[in-house]
This record gives sequence, structure tokens and C-alpha cells, in this order.
Amino acid sequence: MKLLIKNGRVVNPAAQTDDILDILIENGKFARMGKKIAAAGAKTFNAAGMVVAPGFIDMHVHLREPGFERKETIATGLAAALAGGFTAVACMPNTDPVNDSGAVTRYILDRAKTAGHVAVFPIGAVTKGLEGKELAPYAEMKGAGVRAVSDDGMPVANAGVMRRAMEYAGSLGLVVIDHAEDKNLTGSGVMHEGAMSARLGLPGVPAESETVMIERDIALARLTGMAVHIAHVSTRLGVEAVRRAKDQGLRVTAEATPHHFSLNDEAVREFSTSAKMAPPLRSEEDRKAVVKGLADGTLDVIATDHAPHTYEEKLLEFDRAPNGIIGLQTAVPLAIENLVLKKKVSLARMVDAFTGAPACILGLGNRGRIEVGLPANLTLFSLEQTTFLTPDDIKSLGKNSPFLNRKIKGAVTASVIAGKLNVLGIGTAAK
Amino acid sequence: MSLGKHLLGTEGLTAEQITEILDTADNMREIGTRSVKKVPALRGKLVVNLFFEASTRTRSSFEIAEKRLSADTLNFSASTSAVKKGESLVDTVLNIERMQPDCYVMRHASPGSHHMILPHTKASVVNAGDGAHEHPTQALLDALTIRQKKGGFKGLDVLICGDIAHSRVVRSNIHLLNTMGAKVTVCGPATLLPPKMESLGVRVTTDFEEALKKKDVVMMLRMQLERQQHGLFPTLLEYYKTYGLTKERLQRARKDVILMHPGPMNRGVEIDSEVADGPSSVILDQVENGVSIRMAVLYLLLGGGENEASH
Repeated sequence: MKLLIKNGRVVNPAAQTDDILDILIENGKFARMGKKIAAAGAKTFNAAGMVVAPGFIDMHVHLREPGFERKETIATGLAAALAGGFTAVACMPNTDPVNDSGAVTRYILDRAKTAGHVAVFPIGAVTKGLEGKELAPYAEMKGAGVRAVSDDGMPVANAGVMRRAMEYAGSLGLVVIDHAEDKNLTGSGVMHEGAMSARLGLPGVPAESETVMIERDIALARLTGMAVHIAHVSTRLGVEAVRRAKDQGLRVTAEATPHHFSLNDEAVREFSTSAKMAPPLRSEEDRKAVVKGLADGTLDVIATDHAPHTYEEKLLEFDRAPNGIIGLQTAVPLAIENLVLKKKVSLARMVDAFTGAPACILGLGNRGRIEVGLPANLTLFSLEQTTFLTPDDIKSLGKNSPFLNRKIKGAVTASVIAGKLNVLGIGTAAK
Repeated sequence: MSLGKHLLGTEGLTAEQITEILDTADNMREIGTRSVKKVPALRGKLVVNLFFEASTRTRSSFEIAEKRLSADTLNFSASTSAVKKGESLVDTVLNIERMQPDCYVMRHASPGSHHMILPHTKASVVNAGDGAHEHPTQALLDALTIRQKKGGFKGLDVLICGDIAHSRVVRSNIHLLNTMGAKVTVCGPATLLPPKMESLGVRVTTDFEEALKKKDVVMMLRMQLERQQHGLFPTLLEYYKTYGLTKERLQRARKDVILMHPGPMNRGVEIDSEVADGPSSVILDQVENGVSIRMAVLYLLLGGGENEASH
């Protein structure tokens, strides 16, 4: 079985490629890349006008299964990932039961097998039950397929526990993904603490709620010599802390979400619960710092923190509604519109943030680049077309997004997963 | 200039709109002095008092205003309603909506809860307090009281002192007083002053005695005991000693200062009885003006004029 992707602008940051090239895929693997490839009997996809990139990876999603199947199932989450142009996702362990055992990891992978073609890499819990006390069995979970550990949403408050987690996980080659938040400093806060929270009378979450934990865990990376990945950095101070740590040669990586680089706390003005998440939308100054961090590579990765909730949960009052928004189907257009087309982040860096960087952090050696012999995963997108999604276009069970019913410049057009072509383009238009 | 359909806050109200409400309230006052304290302006209109948080004076004040305007009223409070059984705010509104209300007067602990119900109702919505966000009729009755005593707002030096962080009264007053040309200072312990409060166009200070100097209006806010329990200040006595308004402290303000309090007061915590009951106090005028303001707001929102014209 042959598939020929013709005339696309191939952007492959790992080899510093940015050229109009054809890619031939045979038996699910990259077979050739070059100018004007002719392949008799190959199915051909004309990618003229499109960017052809390595398969996009979202290393931070909540698939909600097991336990919260009204918010999302593995099947619906992967359908959203596919529609959004992702070829692989890593899913967070805050399910019910928590993914703190090989059994739950295997359950997720079993469900994923029949749920779609998008690859799933489970993330295990740092502590049993996400309680912040006893370490979860990392070796057992790794054996079952876990690629990282995280207490996302329930950060490890005890620095001693976090130290042991980093040491033990690091010795097994697992990175600890850190939801950097001091819950005591967050208190009852439900939005960024600043001029807008003062105006709206909503309790604020200071930027320092994030930065004291980032600083703590950078200190622990120094102490242990192990790797830590800071999830969803939202503040200027956080970006600066990560930059300093990298300058010092520490094994610190970080990610940013599309909502944190696209919106600021103005979005809360009408009390929309689709603008409520943790960490919260920050000030414009913070947003700009996140963009800059992505541009210079301080923030390695773009990850969605896709967090579906039911309609009725998000129909609650702002201070009572749960944190989180969906992101799988809007991430790529938002990155195109707000990073690439505004000339803040180069196309190659944007692609790297979705491909090489997360593959490297999660140790996915076969992914993140286009290379002859590797399994063929590609994401194809257009910088010209636009995306306009209505709730009906959303494949997730949760429709909680501030980016619906609005035009976003940029669109995912197709993907290749293990050699299989998926023509995409829900809600996309020519201009 | 029309007030529009809803009154969610004082933020965004123009000076003309505020003046129209105050002028209308002045006209309403006389009704309360009649032997038959009732006009048919809102006859046949159904006003639902939707209170998800305890309130005595605001609710009574609205209810009296509604009755004086001959509206039919339905009192719905959290303690007696399905809300206790877990019904959501939107579902509650959707149910009441089928009883064809013309207006909701709503109090709710969550900031912005009024914005939430707008897509689900055809009726007018009056905010009777949403968390620490806004309480527009309180600011309007405060403004009516200030206008009665001071003749206007231009250049007035106003101090609001107390639990600024948790006060809807302070936010509504800031927006209104700024629009009307007064200067506002807010004061309280640092733990109860949210960062960036100055972005609302006020001076912010923790020095109460300094802040009192040359003030035309001093507004004291209620200090709730639970703030102390949450570690925001050490003891009520310490609060009183630092931020309690005493006769001696009030002398720092202008001679003709007026002293206000949205109530209910904690005598001996934020305010001494001597000043609360003293010659500068207009606290009970505020209560009285509350009825006139609420009559004015309901009348202007519910098209009382049209109603009369059709009879």
C-alpha cells in the first residue's frame, strides 16, 4: 500500500527542512522524500498550498475515561484529536479510578485500541489517588505503557514527596509533569488576580500561585538532577523562571496552551465559564511573555490541556463552575493565527512545539519528525484557509470552548496516521 | 435617556441615566407620605424577588417599593426553594419564567450570576447584589442621600472604609461616584484591599486616620466576623482600634461630613454608636431613600409610563 503526498510545503524541524517536496509512504512508513516523486499505483494526495509537518502530538489532554464518561470518552476524545489534526495524545491520570496502577493504564490502552487511530500515551499519577502522599508504582505503570507521571490538577504540595517522585521517576526514565500551583496561595481564587478581578469582584489567583511552585520544582530539579516538565505556563514570571533554569543547564522543559497565548483575563468580563480554567487566563503582559517564551523555545511545547466538562457543569455560576476548556479542535488554527501569521513565532518553531519537542520529552523516539523508515505520521494544514466551529462541529462531548462561533485563520486539512490518510477540514473555508 | 431593560450594575450607567433615576426617586418619595401609599403604575406586573442569599433590608425595601407601585410580587428565597434540592439557577429561572414574570429582582452570592440568566428570560433583571461585584440600587440610594445632603457630587471627597475586597457596595459606589464627578478613596487593612483596586479609578490607602482628612462623605462598611476566622485580620478588637470610626476620628473629616453605612452595622466593630447615632449620621436616611430608589428603578425599567398611558 502506497500513499504519495505531493506538492506540499514540508516543514520538518528535526532536519531543518522547509521546502516543496513529495513524500512517499509505503506499508505505513516513510519510504522516500524528494522532488517530484513518481510512484506507480500509489494513492496520491495533492497537498499544494498546504504545510506538511510531522504528526502533531498533544501531550496534555484529559480523556476523562474511566469514570467521567459524561464529560468525554476515549472514543470521543480521540475523534476530537483526529479532527484537530493530532496523531497522538498523552492523557492525564485524573480519572476515576485514578491512573495510578498498571491495570488502569492497560484499561485506557485497551479502550484506545478500538477507539480510533490516534495513538494514546497514558500519563500515570505521581501519587496514589492523586493524594500527594505515597508514590504510585511507576515501574508497574511504565511496564503497562505510561510515558510520564503527573498530578495534574492536584499538584503535589509536599516538597519532600515531589523530590522523591522526581528521583524515582527519573531513575526509570519518566519525566514528572508539574501542574505548578500553590493551592494555598490560590485560595478561593477563580480568575487571574489583577485589575479585572478587582472590577468583577471575583477572588483572584495571583501569578505567584504558579511561580512559587515553578521555582520550587526548578530547585528540586537542581537537587535531584532529574527532569521536570512544567505544564501550562501562564505567567511572565513563570516563563522567566523556566528561562533561567534552562540557562543554568537544568533539565527543565515547559509547555503553553493555546488559550494562554490567545486570550487574556478580559475574556472573563462577561463571566463566561468558557473562560474559566486553571491556571486562569492572565494579563496581557503575561500572554505576551508566553508568546515570547514559545518563540525562543523557553516554552518547548504547545499542549491543549483539553478539559471537557458537561453542559450543565459549565452552566453553573462562574465561581462554582469547574475549571477547564476543550482545545483539541482549535489548537492548530489558534497557533497559526496568533503565533505564525502574526509573525511572533516561526512556522518551524510552531511545528516543533507540536512535534519534536513533545516527542523528545515523552521519549517517543519514532515520532516528531519525518525520516525514512519511521512510522508515517503527518499533520497537514493550511495557513490560508479559515476555521469556524459551531458546537455541532465539536467531536468532544464537552463543548466548553471560548473559540466557538468565531473565525480563526488557519485550518487543519488532513493527517496521516501510521500510513493511513485522513482528509479533515470540519468547519474550514477557503479564506 | 432611557435606562434600558435591565439594571445589572452602575458600571456603564451614564450621568444622565443616574440623574434620571435620582430625579424619579425624588418624585416617588411623596407617595410614601400619603395616607394611601400606593399608585397603580405597575398594576398587573409580576415582580419576582429571587433571593439566593439572606437579606433583610434590601428585600424588604424592594418589596415595599413593588407594593407601592401596585405590582404583584412573588418572594422566592433559597431557604424555601428547590435550590436546596440542587436545582440550578438556570433551571429555577426557566421554571419561574413560565409564570410570566415581568421582572426579577435577584440577589446571589456569585458575581455575574445575573449575566447568566439573561439568555433565559424575557423579563427585566435588577441586580440586588451579586457576590462582591455590584449592588447598584445601594449605590443609587447612597447617591440620592448624598445629593440631598450635599446638593451634588462634583468635587466631593468620599472615603469608603472596610472590607473592600468582599464588598459589592464599594464597586457600585466607585463606578457611580466616578461618573458623577466625585473623588473616591478606599481604605482598609491590606488583606482586604484587592491588588489593582486603583485601576477602578480610586485612591487606595491603609491609613484610616490620614484618609479621613477633609472628607465630605465617609462610608463605613460592615466587617463580617468570618473574615477574621479566615485569617484576614487578627481580632475584631484590633480591627476596631485601627479601622473603627470613633467620634474623635470623625473630627478629622470636614465639619459638615456625612456618615453613611449600608447596614447592617456592627456597633463597636467598624463604627461607634456615638457616631452612628450622631448628628453627622445619615444612615437611616439611606434606608428611607432605598424605597424611593427601588420604586424609581422598577418604574423606569418596567415602563410604568406606558402602563399609565394605556389606561
